[in-house]
Amino acid sequence: MAAPVQSQFVSQLKRYYALYTGGFIGFVVMLAILEQMGVPNKILGYIFLGVTVSLYAGIGILSRTSDVAEYYVAGRRVPAFFNGMATGADWMSAASFIGLAGTLYLSGYDGLAFVMGWTGGYCLVALLLAPYLRKFGQYTIPDFLGARYGGSVPRSIGVFAAILCSFTYVIAQIYGVGLIVSRFTGLDFGVGVFVGLGSILVCSFLGGMRAVTWTQVAQYVILIVAYLIPVIWLSVKHTGNPVPQVAYGYVLQQVTARENVLNDSATPEGAREAEVRSIFKQKQEQGEAKLKALETGGASYLAAEKAKLIQTANMLKAKHDVDPNALATAENALAEFPKDVASARTAWRAAVEADKAKAAPITAHAEPFAGQDEATRDKKRKNFLALVLCLMVGTAALPHILMRFYTTPSVKEARMSVFWSLVFITLLYITAPALAVLAKYDVYTLLVGSSFSELPSWVSAWAAVDKTLMSVTDINKDGIVQLAEITIGGDLIMLATPEIAGLPYVVTALVAAGGLAAALSTADGLMLTIANSLSHDVYYKMIDPRAATRRRLIISKALLLVVAVFAAYITSLKPGDILFLVGAAFSLAASAFFPALALGVFWKRANKMGAIVGMVSGLGTCMVYMYITYPFFGVNAPLWWDINPISAGIFGMPVGFVGVIVGSLLTAAPSKEIQAMVDHVRYPSMRLDNFGGKN
Amino acid sequence: MEKHKQYWRKNLRMTGALLAIWFIATFVVGWFARDLQFFSLLGFPFSFYMAAQGALVIYVVLVGYYAYRMDKLDREYGMQEGEQ
Repeated sequence: MAAPVQSQFVSQLKRYYALYTGGFIGFVVMLAILEQMGVPNKILGYIFLGVTVSLYAGIGILSRTSDVAEYYVAGRRVPAFFNGMATGADWMSAASFIGLAGTLYLSGYDGLAFVMGWTGGYCLVALLLAPYLRKFGQYTIPDFLGARYGGSVPRSIGVFAAILCSFTYVIAQIYGVGLIVSRFTGLDFGVGVFVGLGSILVCSFLGGMRAVTWTQVAQYVILIVAYLIPVIWLSVKHTGNPVPQVAYGYVLQQVTARENVLNDSATPEGAREAEVRSIFKQKQEQGEAKLKALETGGASYLAAEKAKLIQTANMLKAKHDVDPNALATAENALAEFPKDVASARTAWRAAVEADKAKAAPITAHAEPFAGQDEATRDKKRKNFLALVLCLMVGTAALPHILMRFYTTPSVKEARMSVFWSLVFITLLYITAPALAVLAKYDVYTLLVGSSFSELPSWVSAWAAVDKTLMSVTDINKDGIVQLAEITIGGDLIMLATPEIAGLPYVVTALVAAGGLAAALSTADGLMLTIANSLSHDVYYKMIDPRAATRRRLIISKALLLVVAVFAAYITSLKPGDILFLVGAAFSLAASAFFPALALGVFWKRANKMGAIVGMVSGLGTCMVYMYITYPFFGVNAPLWWDINPISAGIFGMPVGFVGVIVGSLLTAAPSKEIQAMVDHVRYPSMRLDNFGGKN
Repeated sequence: MEKHKQYWRKNLRMTGALLAIWFIATFVVGWFARDLQFFSLLGFPFSFYMAAQGALVIYVVLVGYYAYRMDKLDREYGMQEGEQ
């Protein structure tokens, strides 16, 4: 492509997106004015979500295409800066946008594993993969495996792994979409899933990578504005400094000071906390006794317990002055009483764990790997570092991210675009820990010690919406809120920040739109990866290499539909823990792809047999470890070196590397052509005429 | 090909050095986090600051520096795309 055309294209893009950003801010201001004029919140929520979703669909329609290079790699002319924004949106999912600040609030320093893991991985992308993949210049990640290692076996394993980790990840995104749409519009969860999905489809269906890229840039703008505004406001409120990243060091000191006061039973507040904790300690002991009795007594004990509850309820009913509250509690307990021994065991154990957590003193926010003894601390440290490594290597192996670096015009731009991606991503990840500390300060100083009769309005509002997100119960009946009496669900922190900061409803709607943008953009990228793997790698490269362009694109679009409907169906079943799904995707990608990709560039001797052995053994190890240790599957084997199942990649990766090396050394070196291809990938200027070539 | 070998060697050396920085900022500092928490940096405990901000800034600088230096190396060895 001639340089003047590209530079004209870039300046045009800059003009469009500057106008767009201005227009978006104007739109928010307009809605703020509408709110002042008395338009109800629900309507504002509808307008906000409606306008943003149709905006994404609109960009999708404008970017529709039936050109192969446009469809798969956006014509390879996405400038570094814009590819950085698109990668940022592609990268930051609902889990980052909504969940991260909450995770940091709840686990303090230990939650920073996600912050480091999800940014530091880009160092590996930049240094080890992006420029080389761009030079290779085809369409998908299995393409690289197929060309580098030859034959369709490495490609097929690549396709399987790409679909496995992208699908695991996309479920978590669609779940987020459904949650946000249903919470802010009052639509049913299932309807929310399909509304969101519709807008994803319009976008990727019509224009493939090209549409997804330009929508993601638009989505990045919305999500970063939505993230920063409430945090900046909160920072101004508590510190007078509009740069939260700088200001929260001081707030963190205040939080640490509060923690010390609340943990010290010699102070009046600390004494009240200790009182509440001792009540939880008693509950925990009672619960443990019940569990023990269940183990020995089994079903008959369960029946006896149930009979006791029925008796209590009947006695309450028989009284002359029926206390409606006590009766409701008793009937509730009866209704929720577990049906069999197994469910009783699970439910009671969870209750004991919750009480145990409440009975423990507050963990210091800034203290790394807090624990009662050396062994606990050491275990936490190992898991922290293992998780960081899995997230980083997983980042450098997730196909939907690596694919984005095929879309830049040159190797140089690919390197620059990793830089821009990281800049845009860091903007959010560096803010999240500040938000967690600012919110904690608010809770520790304003909520704790306030009276139950006059709770802050955001507390009662969210407690009414969802008890798992926010609940306060006066355990020791003193009419004053103690920290141990507050239960906060992680997702609350980001969702409630605008209200904590005292901002108008329009900002709450903005945050919802931001969360939706984050979830939609990631889901877009993932679904495109899955559909492309199937249409390009399986259909075109393996089944019918002579298929006409038109036919390939039609197949790709049809597959996209099938994948979307299937993913929505799985999501509507609400499968388990979202954070585990996300973590699992990283460990799987790290074990399956990273060794074969990195060695493919840096070790010429790596060959087909090595790639096959490495990918299968790495992925296999990771899957087996997850299967035998993650409670969901019910095997519950002992952990290896105390490593949690979410970091299973820590075992898969080394096995993968050893597999590639041993497999390669035991068989013949790769052919001259393949060695020439490695050179082609390594030197930006080298051309390879007998090899695919670039568009 | 001598030119190519030299270019690749320089690239490997730089990649290795930057990866070493990445490793120290992440894993060495992380391993000793409990020992380093009593220093203070810009009002934060040192290990908290490193994990929440310091490491991130190092990553950004590192990736930016790599892009800048590789571009220079490409030109020095005439390796830009479209050359040769």
